[in-house]
Amino acid sequence: MSAVAMRPGLWRRLLRDPRAMLGLALVALAVLAALLVPLLPLPGPEAPDFMATLSPPSAAHLLGTDDLGRDTLSRILSGARVSLLVGVASVGAALLLGGTIGLLAGFLGGWVDGVLMRCMDVLLAFPGILLALGITASLGASLTNTVIAIAAVNLPVLARVARGQAMALRGLDYVHAQRALGFGSMTILWRAILPNALSPILVQASVLLASSIITESYLSFLGLGVQPPTPSWGNMLRDAIGFLDQAPWLAWFPGLAIFLTVLGFNLLGDGVRDRLDPRD
Amino acid sequence: MRMIAGRLLSLLPVLFGLCVLSFTLLATVPGDPVTAMLGLEADPAAIATLRARYALDQPLPLRFLAWFWQVLQGDLGRSIQTGRPVLGMIGAALLPTLQLALAALLVSLAIAIPAGVVAATRRNGAADFMVSLVALCGLSLPSFWLGILLIMGFSIALPVLPSSGHVPFLAHPWEALRHLVLPAVTLGAAMAAATMRMTRAAMIEILSADYVRTARAKGLPPRRVVWRHALRNALMPVVTLVGLQLGQLMGGVVVTESVFSWPGIGKLTVDAIFARDFPVVQGTILVTATLFVLINLVTDLLYTLLDPRLRGRS
Repeated sequence: MSAVAMRPGLWRRLLRDPRAMLGLALVALAVLAALLVPLLPLPGPEAPDFMATLSPPSAAHLLGTDDLGRDTLSRILSGARVSLLVGVASVGAALLLGGTIGLLAGFLGGWVDGVLMRCMDVLLAFPGILLALGITASLGASLTNTVIAIAAVNLPVLARVARGQAMALRGLDYVHAQRALGFGSMTILWRAILPNALSPILVQASVLLASSIITESYLSFLGLGVQPPTPSWGNMLRDAIGFLDQAPWLAWFPGLAIFLTVLGFNLLGDGVRDRLDPRD
Repeated sequence: MRMIAGRLLSLLPVLFGLCVLSFTLLATVPGDPVTAMLGLEADPAAIATLRARYALDQPLPLRFLAWFWQVLQGDLGRSIQTGRPVLGMIGAALLPTLQLALAALLVSLAIAIPAGVVAATRRNGAADFMVSLVALCGLSLPSFWLGILLIMGFSIALPVLPSSGHVPFLAHPWEALRHLVLPAVTLGAAMAAATMRMTRAAMIEILSADYVRTARAKGLPPRRVVWRHALRNALMPVVTLVGLQLGQLMGGVVVTESVFSWPGIGKLTVDAIFARDFPVVQGTILVTATLFVLINLVTDLLYTLLDPRLRGRS
C-alpha cells in the first residue's frame, strides 16, 4: 500500500468516507478472526463432539455444530484464515508476476509486448471460474493449487493495468531525460516507471481481493478447492447442502462470513478508487 | 467490413492459444487415465488398446497435433466414461445452459434497468441509496449461497418451487418454468447488481446532457423525457456490459448448475472433472471459452454498430 498511502491526505479522506470505514471495519474483523482464533476459548475446528451432532446454536456452541459435532463458530473463524490467505497469496503472486510482465511489455514494446500480451489474452479468453477449474483439475485439489489457479485468473488483469501505465509513462519527458543521461532500460523501469505506475496497479489488486475470495469459495464449494478436514467457507457450504432441512444454520453462517468479508473488500476498494480519482 | 475481418483475424492466435492451453492443462495430469478407467488389475492387452485409441503412447507434441487436427474437423473425441462423442454430449448440455442463461438475463434486466433509472432520477435520495446498497450487496453475494438460501426459503420452508432438476420446455411448459425460476433468479441477481450500477451511472450522465434539457424546456412530460429520450442513449454502455456479462455468465453457470443439478454444460464439466473424464473436460472448457470469446467479439461489433461515433475511429 506504500505508494497509495504516500499520497497526501488519502487516509484522511478515506477516514471521512463512512462506506470505506464500514469496509475497513469488516475487513479488520476478518483479519482479527484469522489472527486470534487460536487464542479464543473454542473447541478446535476439526475436533468432533459426537454427543452434540447437528445441534442448533446454543450457549455451548454459539453458532451450532455440524454432522460430526464440530463447532461452527470455530470452523468459520478458521475459515477466515484460509479465505484471507488464498486471497492475499493469489493476488500477491499475480501482482509480482503480472506487474512484471505488464511493465516489461508496456515499456519495451515491440515483439516482447506482442508475445507477452497475446499470452495474457489467451488467459483472459477463459471465464475466470473455468480457468481456475481447469487448473485445479490438472494440478489436483489442494490449498496451494487453489492459490495457483486463482493467481492465474488474476494475472492477465494486473498485467494489462501495468502495461497501460508503463505505456503512458514511457513517453513522458522525465523518462526521456533519464535515457539522455545514459541510464539503461532496466534502471529506468525500476527507478522511473515502477514507482509512478504502482498506485493504479495496487488499486486494481485490492479490487481483485474480493473476487479472489469469492472464487476460492466457488472452488471449495464444488469440491475442487481447499480439501476437508481443513475448514473453508466454501467447503462448509458444500457439507451444509446435505442438511438444509435439519440444520439450516450450517448454511447461514459460512455464507454470511463470505458475504461480509467480500462486502468489506468491495466497500474499501470503492472508497480507495473514488478517492484516487482526480475528479474527486 | 474490413474492421470485422481484422477483428476475426486477430482472434485466430487467441483461439489457437485456447486449444494449446485446454490440451496441455489436461494432458499433463498426473496419473494414467487408462488405469483409472480400467482398474489396476486390467488385462494388459485391453490397456494397450485403449492407450493406442487415445494416443497416450505418443509424445505430447504429437498428441497435441493429432488432437488439434481432430478438433479442426469438429471431433472432440469420445468420453472415457460413456464412450459417447464429446461433441454430442456438449450439444445436449448446451440447450439447458442457454435456456438458463437467457432466463437469467431477462431476470437481471427486469430488475436492473428500472432500478437504475429510478436511482438516477432521484439521485442522492432514499431510493438511490437503497438501489446502490442493494447493488453493492448483490456484487458481494456469492451466487451459490443465494441459491442455497432460495432453496431453503422456497423449496423447504415454503415448498412452492422445486429445488433441483430440469424439465424439457416443450413437454411440460409449466413444470419447466417452475424448475427454471430459482436457478434463473440466482444467476440473474449477480448480473443485475452490475447492470444496475451501470444504468444508474449512464443515466446520470445523460440526464445532464443538453438535449435532455431541451426536451424538458419544450415541455415534454418528465416521464417521457426519462424513459424515451434519456434511457435510449443511456442503454449504450449497458448493452456492452450485458454482452460482457453474458460471457461471464458462461462461467457463472458452472456453480449455479451444480447447486440446482441443472443438466447443462457447467454441471457436465464439474462431473467430468470428478470422473477424470478428460476428453469431456477438455471439450467443455474449449467450447465454453470459445463461446465466451465469440460473445465478447459480437458485443464489441454490436457496440460499434450501435454507436456511429465509434465507426470512423477504428
